[in-house]
Amino acid sequence: MPEELNYHSLAGLVAAAETAGQPLSALVLRQQAAQLEQTEEEVFHHMEENFRVMAACIEPGCDPDLRSASGLTGGDACKMRRRVEEGKNLTGPVMGGALYRALAVSELNAAMGRIVAAPTAGSCGILPAVLLTMQERGATEHDCVMSMFTASAVGLVIAENACLAGAQGGCQAECGSAAAMAAAALVELGGGTPRMLDDAVAIALKCQLGLVCDPVAGLVEIPCIKRNAAGASIAFMAAELALAGIGSRIPADEVILAMRRVGNTMPSALKETAEGGLAATPTACRLCKQVFG
Amino acid sequence: MNVFDIIGPVMIGPSSSHTAGAARIGHIARQLLQEEPAAAQIVLYGSFAKTYKGHGTDKALIAGILGMEPDDPRLRFSPRIAREQGLDVALSTGELAEGHPNTAVLTLTGRHGGTITVRGSSIGGGNIVIDAINGMPVHISGQHPSLIVQHRDRPGVIAEVTDQLADHGVNICNFTLSRRQKGGVAVMTIEMDGGLDEELAARVRALPDVMLCVTLLP
Repeated sequence: MPEELNYHSLAGLVAAAETAGQPLSALVLRQQAAQLEQTEEEVFHHMEENFRVMAACIEPGCDPDLRSASGLTGGDACKMRRRVEEGKNLTGPVMGGALYRALAVSELNAAMGRIVAAPTAGSCGILPAVLLTMQERGATEHDCVMSMFTASAVGLVIAENACLAGAQGGCQAECGSAAAMAAAALVELGGGTPRMLDDAVAIALKCQLGLVCDPVAGLVEIPCIKRNAAGASIAFMAAELALAGIGSRIPADEVILAMRRVGNTMPSALKETAEGGLAATPTACRLCKQVFG
Repeated sequence: MNVFDIIGPVMIGPSSSHTAGAARIGHIARQLLQEEPAAAQIVLYGSFAKTYKGHGTDKALIAGILGMEPDDPRLRFSPRIAREQGLDVALSTGELAEGHPNTAVLTLTGRHGGTITVRGSSIGGGNIVIDAINGMPVHISGQHPSLIVQHRDRPGVIAEVTDQLADHGVNICNFTLSRRQKGGVAVMTIEMDGGLDEELAARVRALPDVMLCVTLLP
């Protein structure tokens, strides 16, 4: 029964999708429509709007003259895109495309552009980067939007069992969760099984476990923007491995709980307070003075 | 929580707490003023005071006071738009002994002379709480339709107001009451599941001991 679908565990969602013989996204859409007291079409349309806002971030994000309010960042997505379009980048159009798109959306966020938090503003570049790259490679907009329901379901499970805020769980909770969500969307777009989705989420999270939140000058710029590019590449890596049938020895639900424990034991200096990690380096202190005087 | 708490909201960056949350605080203050603002005094505290330049917290607050939503692309031009619309803005920073680290106190003066002081905190993920209006403690999340009712502190006023809500088929999900002194002025904050409309507000406004009744819609 779709009404009984819950977000207590990813294993539960995987089992529900296997039993129903349907993609997880279809089950989530049905359950959300019931919960929100809307039709499936209305809920789909709302998600489609979010996808289109994501897509609209790329061009302004690739403006070579784009600069953040602090003046510290901007203009890098343009450089990466140029290299990809010239066919010169090492890893081809998929990875290159994901990298420049992740930079574009994150740099636009830093420059006070209009973005979709996914799951947060600090990690807003990862999901659009992988989805828009898949669309360029032939995925339909409809399938991309549906895969966002699968990604959201992963986010809901993480929110229920750990957290999604850097201030609470470090960067692993923001960019880590975003990469896990993106990896799940990629598995669905790649025609993988629900079981592979669990593996991809586990692999993506494992590779960012312990990542601290240490923003220079407390701003959502350094190192956040490049960690969005990293998150997009980790999402592709995790999905590739899972789609090849490579499992995670540790199931996703246990990785999520491990992430929660790691986050709880992380000192507060490494949780968005800008007191530790990169934020405490001499260069970061100099940049901080430059911005705030 | 639902899927749009995970993928969403659509917002102007860079920070859900320092930008989107700030815009919401400004927007609620504007609604509470109930008229076109002519002047805004903004005092920033905690992390708002330390990092507002890089996060555009000041621009977001001004945008909210001008009536913009957190996803309005004009948000980053709000200081210029304020000048064009004749909104006089004075910004300063201060220190609070207690309270949430991301806090702003806004004092708005309207074109018709009305004035209101609102204290709001951004509590993460774009969520906010308004915890004082004109120095009176309140609790407004802005996530539910709400009525803010200023009234004379006399026996039976709460019942008169809640009777109106009951007649209207409205379910209350959060209720707070505060007053400075017995028999003085009190403020009710009533958050509800739905069913708030102008007719209900007008009925509450017409009650003899009600001095002011403001509706807030999420």
